[in-house]
Amino acid sequence: MNKEGRGNATEERLRELLIRGLAGDTAAYHVFLRDLSAHLRAFFRKRLAGLPDEVEDLVQESLLAVHNQRQTYDAGQPLTVWVHAIARYKLVDLLRRRARRDLLSDPLDNHVDVLSAIATEATEARRDLVKLLERLPERQRLPIVYMKMQGLSVVEAARATGMSESAVKVGVHRGLKALAAMIKGER
Amino acid sequence: MKTEELAKLLATGAGTVEPDAVARRYATALGWGAFGAALLMAIALGVRPDIHAAARLPMFWVKLAFAGSLVVAALFATSRLSRPGARLGWVPAALAATVLAIWLVSALALIGAAPSERERLVFGDTWRSCLLSIAMLSAPVFVAVFWAMKGLAPTRLSLSGAAAGLLAGAVGALIYALHCSEMAAPFLGIWYVAGMLIPAAAGALLGPRLLRW
Repeated sequence: MNKEGRGNATEERLRELLIRGLAGDTAAYHVFLRDLSAHLRAFFRKRLAGLPDEVEDLVQESLLAVHNQRQTYDAGQPLTVWVHAIARYKLVDLLRRRARRDLLSDPLDNHVDVLSAIATEATEARRDLVKLLERLPERQRLPIVYMKMQGLSVVEAARATGMSESAVKVGVHRGLKALAAMIKGER
Repeated sequence: MKTEELAKLLATGAGTVEPDAVARRYATALGWGAFGAALLMAIALGVRPDIHAAARLPMFWVKLAFAGSLVVAALFATSRLSRPGARLGWVPAALAATVLAIWLVSALALIGAAPSERERLVFGDTWRSCLLSIAMLSAPVFVAVFWAMKGLAPTRLSLSGAAAGLLAGAVGALIYALHCSEMAAPFLGIWYVAGMLIPAAAGALLGPRLLRW
C-alpha cells in the first residue's frame, strides 16, 4: 500500500479512537495516545536528526498538549491536519527557542506525513515529568497522583485528599496545564 | 517518566469533553466582555439621550449592522484560529466585504454631498473621542477574549492575536454606537474602522507573548 493509503487507514482508526475517547471511553483514549506517541516519535525523529536527544521530550510535550488542548479537535476535521498543526507548532517552538532551524532535515509542510510512520521504541526522555509533578502545589499534585497515577475515581480521590469533588477535577485540569507551562518555562 | 506511562496517566480518568467546548468558552468570554464594555459605556460616556428618536433613523441601524457584522466575522476568525489546522476559509472575505460595503456607501454619500459639507461628513464633531472610546470600550472584551484563546490552541500567534483584538474592537464599536451621535457613513468608514484597528494592532503585537502554549 502506498504511503497515503496507509495514512488514511491510520487516520480513520485513530480518529475513531479519539472520538470515542472524547465521549468518555478511556480505554480507547489510552490506545489513541499510545499509538499517537509512536507516530509523533517517528515524525520528530525524522525532522530532528541533528537533535536526537530532544525527540522523546518533544513527544511527551506534544502528547501533553494534545491532551490539554483536546477540546479544540473538531470531529468534522481530519485528525491528521489537527495533529500535524500541533506537532508542527511544538517543533517550531523548540527550534525557535534553540534558534537552530537549519538542523531541520526534512520539510515541515506536508501534513500527510504526520501519521505515516511509526517508531515504537522510545528513547529515554531527558526531562522527568515525575520530578516536575513534585513541584506542583498539593491541591494539583494530590488529585493527579490519586486519580491519574493510582486510578482512583473522583469520589475516592476526594475522600483521600479531603478536597471537594469539583476541587479534585479542577486540580487535575489545572495541574496538567501547569505541567505544560513548566515545560515551556524551563527552556 | 516513560512516554508509555504518560499516555496511561493522561488517559486515566480523562472523562468526557463537550463537543461545543470552544463555542461555550467564547460565549462566556463575550458575555463578560460585552457586559464590562456596556457598563463602562454607561458610566463613562452614557447612552445618547435621543436614542428613541435615533432608533427610527435607518443610519442608526446601519451602524449597528456594520459593527455587528464585524463582530460575527471576527468571532468566526477567532474561533477558527483557536483550533490547530482549521482553515479561515471565507472569513477574511467576509471581513473585507463588510468594510468595502461601508466604504462604498461612504463614497456615494461624499459624491452626493456639496463640497462644503464633505469635511463635516468625514470628521463629524467627535472623531478624536470616537477613536479613543472604541479602544477603551474594547479593553474588557480584549482581556476576556485573550483569556478564552489562551486556554485553546492558536498556532499562528500574531494573526490570532490580531483577530482577537479585532473582535474586541468590533464589540467595543457596537457598544459605542449606542452612545455616539454621528450619523454619517464616511465617519463610520474611517473612525470606527480605525478605532477597531487599535486593539487589533495591540493583539497582533501581544499575541506571540500572551498566547503561547
